[in-house]
Amino acid sequence: MTDTDWPLWEVFVRSRRGLSHTHAGSLHAPDAELALRNARDLYTRRGEGVSIWVVPAAAITASSPDEKDPFFAPAADKPYRHPTFYEIPEGVKHL
Amino acid sequence: MATAAAHRTAAAAAHDAQDTAATTAYERAFDAAVAADDRIEPRDWMPDAYRATLVRQIAQHAHSEIIGMQPEANWITRAPSLRRKAILMAKVQDEAGHGLYLYSAAETLGTGRDELLDKLHSGRQKYSSIFNYPTLTWADVGAIGWLVDGAAITNQVPLCRCSYGPYARAMVRICKEESFHQRQGYELLLALSNGTPEQHAMAQDAVDRWWWPSLMMFGPPDDASQHSAQSMAWKIKRHSNDELRRRFVDICVPQAESLGLALPDPDLRWNEERGHHDFGAIDWTEFWEVLKGNGPCNEQRITQRRRAHDEGAWVREAAAAHAAKHNGGTQGARA
Amino acid sequence: MTATVPTTAALALGDDALVLSHRLGEWAGHAPVLEEEVALANIALDLLGQARALLSMAGDEDELAYLREERAFRNLQLVEQPNGDFAHTIVRQLYFSVHQHLLYTELAAGDGPFAPLAAKAVKEVAYHRDHAEQWTLRLGDGTEVSHDRMTRACDALWRFTGEMFQPVAGLDTDGAAMEAAWLESVGDVLRRATLTVPEGPRGGAWSAGAGRQGLHTEPFGRMLAEMQHLHRSHPGASW
Repeated sequence: MTDTDWPLWEVFVRSRRGLSHTHAGSLHAPDAELALRNARDLYTRRGEGVSIWVVPAAAITASSPDEKDPFFAPAADKPYRHPTFYEIPEGVKHL
Repeated sequence: MATAAAHRTAAAAAHDAQDTAATTAYERAFDAAVAADDRIEPRDWMPDAYRATLVRQIAQHAHSEIIGMQPEANWITRAPSLRRKAILMAKVQDEAGHGLYLYSAAETLGTGRDELLDKLHSGRQKYSSIFNYPTLTWADVGAIGWLVDGAAITNQVPLCRCSYGPYARAMVRICKEESFHQRQGYELLLALSNGTPEQHAMAQDAVDRWWWPSLMMFGPPDDASQHSAQSMAWKIKRHSNDELRRRFVDICVPQAESLGLALPDPDLRWNEERGHHDFGAIDWTEFWEVLKGNGPCNEQRITQRRRAHDEGAWVREAAAAHAAKHNGGTQGARA
Repeated sequence: MTATVPTTAALALGDDALVLSHRLGEWAGHAPVLEEEVALANIALDLLGQARALLSMAGDEDELAYLREERAFRNLQLVEQPNGDFAHTIVRQLYFSVHQHLLYTELAAGDGPFAPLAAKAVKEVAYHRDHAEQWTLRLGDGTEVSHDRMTRACDALWRFTGEMFQPVAGLDTDGAAMEAAWLESVGDVLRRATLTVPEGPRGGAWSAGAGRQGLHTEPFGRMLAEMQHLHRSHPGASW
């Protein structure tokens, strides 16, 4: 058995209540409990977080850069999904 | 994001297909992204040489962080006040953390930490030569903070805009955390400089020994730097070695005056015409000798690193064995 | 310094934290894995913070840390024991942090002079305890090698654990109840880690335990010599 058996974990930190968890970085740990503790020591030692998720890096399925166009380009031409698309007469409030 | 298995899919696909037209399209997209100051992310196609350059540079940077713990850790047990002891422990701890961030960034390129550590331990990858100098007195802790961290910051701030996303993000975090490192060193030296005559002499001696090696940290002169031009074209590097060295000297001169300490260079003076300081010739023979392994502490540093790694093997194996016994251990967790 | 009652207790608790922090600081650059460099330093920094607060209750923190002779230190002999291998360090952490957690929990609940400090420190110590327990479970129930190393460490340090429950002037704590709780907690962790609770003596003539009276073990003098030499070499200097 070698060191390589310590898998890679991705760390997500909620910086304060009301915000979502964001990706902070990664680390190695033999299991989830230690991954969580290592994440606490490494990514929140200056008080950067109130909550942590750790996820095995191998469990993440990511979109491929090759699929960038089919995945994301179609969403770019639907301006009617954004409020700025609509013109409202001046003086109308609460819209 | 470091999804280990997935990193190389795009690049591998491009190669497997041996489709020159497609590769060229990938290359064009890569070049366009770099030109537009866009970031390259782990799963984007990138030239093999770009990947190799980054792995080499990030690994060397990571190795420097963890080897760099040693000269300062040398004084943790002897720190002369509890306040200084706390500061120094926190700083050395940060260096371990920074090593971790950087190894993580290197891993997004498909090279695991074990492999990189193995290359460090076997001498196939280097770390910054500055850490092959000894910390002989307490003042050396201050000189490292002020000059070595100062030089490192000068080098690192532009790396926050490096074209490779994970490296740039690691550097943002590191630069933010390191802002206290240089200040504590300066403050430490200031206390010594304003202290007893013995303390003042200790501070001057440290500056005398660390000044020239700090200038060497920017690397060989531009005309002798083998990797510089390509790295600048790829926007891994943003400024030349000599440019950064000049900037550093200009910053340090007034700081040394405020400290009441002299910089050990009789040729150092302001050049009105150039708008920079002129400074004496750097002893590049010393630089190359230390780089080759003939510095005062090369052997000591790498031996300690190897020993720590070897003596920790049973711990790493035990934790892995425990995880294998208890449900494989790779379920995610929350706190 | 007049030995008022809280001073004795502040020195006892402050020296425990100071000496253990120093020992953990010796790990810097030597830990088995980078992640653990960061973890051990966090614990050392917590303890150093506690030490500074406690020593300041008794006098000037630096005078107390750097200018007292060995016989004036009131720390437990357990915390001054050398780091040994990672197993020894973890067992020392387990034995001490379970004790410290029980003690600070009790102090935090009271209204004595240590209550505010204990209320803050108890959160830190809870984490130290968790760290030690996690590693005890992994090393005890890891490989044959790690199990053997843990067994040796548990046995070697066991004799220093009785001292933790001696009464300390100024601390109104129930030593007997705390000892029972400690034995139960530590026993439970060791059993879950497939380790055997040691059977050797924890008090009496053949066990250790006079640190609170200023009598220490051989390695402590060497540790203090290293810790104090620079400060003592420049009398009156500020740093």
